[in-house]
Amino acid sequence: MKEIFVIILSAMLIDNFVLSKFMGICSFLGVSKKINSAVGMGAAVVFVMVCATLVTFPVYTLLLEPNGLEYLRTLAFILIIALFVQLVEIVLKKIVPPLYKALGVYLPLITTNCAILGVTLINIDKELSFGGAVANAFGGGLGFTLALLLFSGVRSRMETCNVPETFKGVPITLIAASIVSLSFMGFAGML
Amino acid sequence: MSSNLKELTKGIIKENPTLVTLLGMCPTLAVTTMAANGIGMGLATTFVLLGSNIVISLIKNIVPKSVRLPVYIVVITGFVTIIDFLLKAYIPGLHSALGIFLPLIAVNCIILGRAEVFASKNSVGKSILDAIGMGIGFTLALFTMGTIREIFGAGAWMGMKIPVLSVNPMLIFIMPAGGFFVLGCVIAVVNKLAKKKPPKEISCANCPNAEACGVKGDNE
Repeated sequence: MKEIFVIILSAMLIDNFVLSKFMGICSFLGVSKKINSAVGMGAAVVFVMVCATLVTFPVYTLLLEPNGLEYLRTLAFILIIALFVQLVEIVLKKIVPPLYKALGVYLPLITTNCAILGVTLINIDKELSFGGAVANAFGGGLGFTLALLLFSGVRSRMETCNVPETFKGVPITLIAASIVSLSFMGFAGML
Repeated sequence: MSSNLKELTKGIIKENPTLVTLLGMCPTLAVTTMAANGIGMGLATTFVLLGSNIVISLIKNIVPKSVRLPVYIVVITGFVTIIDFLLKAYIPGLHSALGIFLPLIAVNCIILGRAEVFASKNSVGKSILDAIGMGIGFTLALFTMGTIREIFGAGAWMGMKIPVLSVNPMLIFIMPAGGFFVLGCVIAVVNKLAKKKPPKEISCANCPNAEACGVKGDNE
């Protein structure tokens, strides 16, 4: 139990996917403008990360590894994730329409979000157990949501600031991200 | 001929994939702690881009429109697996330095974007020029980022020590926070030099890849 907790905490804060591993930067910068959409995107990422791990981990350990096909993992994982996201979209639309309404817009975006493929590959590279892999995905998703939420707060404050002409728009956004990332460095060495 | 030359050069400055259209940010930030890694990542991506652009422009008339994206992804990932093998065998140092970002080239939106926007609509020759130009632009951007971060953060350049800076390097530059900071400054400077306004917003609606990602509209 303690081990699972440590994995969740370290994936969420210390090895934060966005701010220290640089995965999913596009969606991090693209969707963090409003707090509402940040929450929706975050929830969708947690959901898909956990589900993708639930599917890809058994595929790797039961299918690819025993047959010596480890090198096909990138290809297999991408296809599984893309297929799976489509499936989730259809199922949610039919069975849980309110949830679909909340997450639906963000689901297709996630196919090309490298944090999703990243987390499934890291699970394999770190040689985690099945429970550990799911915990890692869950913590990673939570960390993504946390970073997105914090950053959308920073950005809404920034809108009223007077920024030098050259830095307006994307450059100042990146510099703000740098400062948020600096604050996450404080977690390094916590565990 | 001049139009062909334009296909080649547009990717280097005018439509630089990282600094102007803001695609492929993840590897740009992650692997540029050293100039050499930046070049390595840039060339690996160029290889995949070249291969996928050639194959996709060759099969563009055979692939039905509705399944084109999965087909493109499989082609791209095939080339990623090839470069993964090649680097592991011949340049193992670079292979371990790039780490997880090597397989993640498969989801680099520059590549899927060029497949969707360019290779699926143009001839093989033009697609090759486009891939080379975009690849050079991406490599140059990564090299610039890597150079700045290595000089200030490690007091060295391409492994050579720089006299004054190497005594007390500013470590922050090779840490994640420094990556965001340097990229922000480089984008500001490049847009100033190109006399263009920096892109106002990174949003999925303005992204040239929106169609490839399947975004249905703005948010909400």
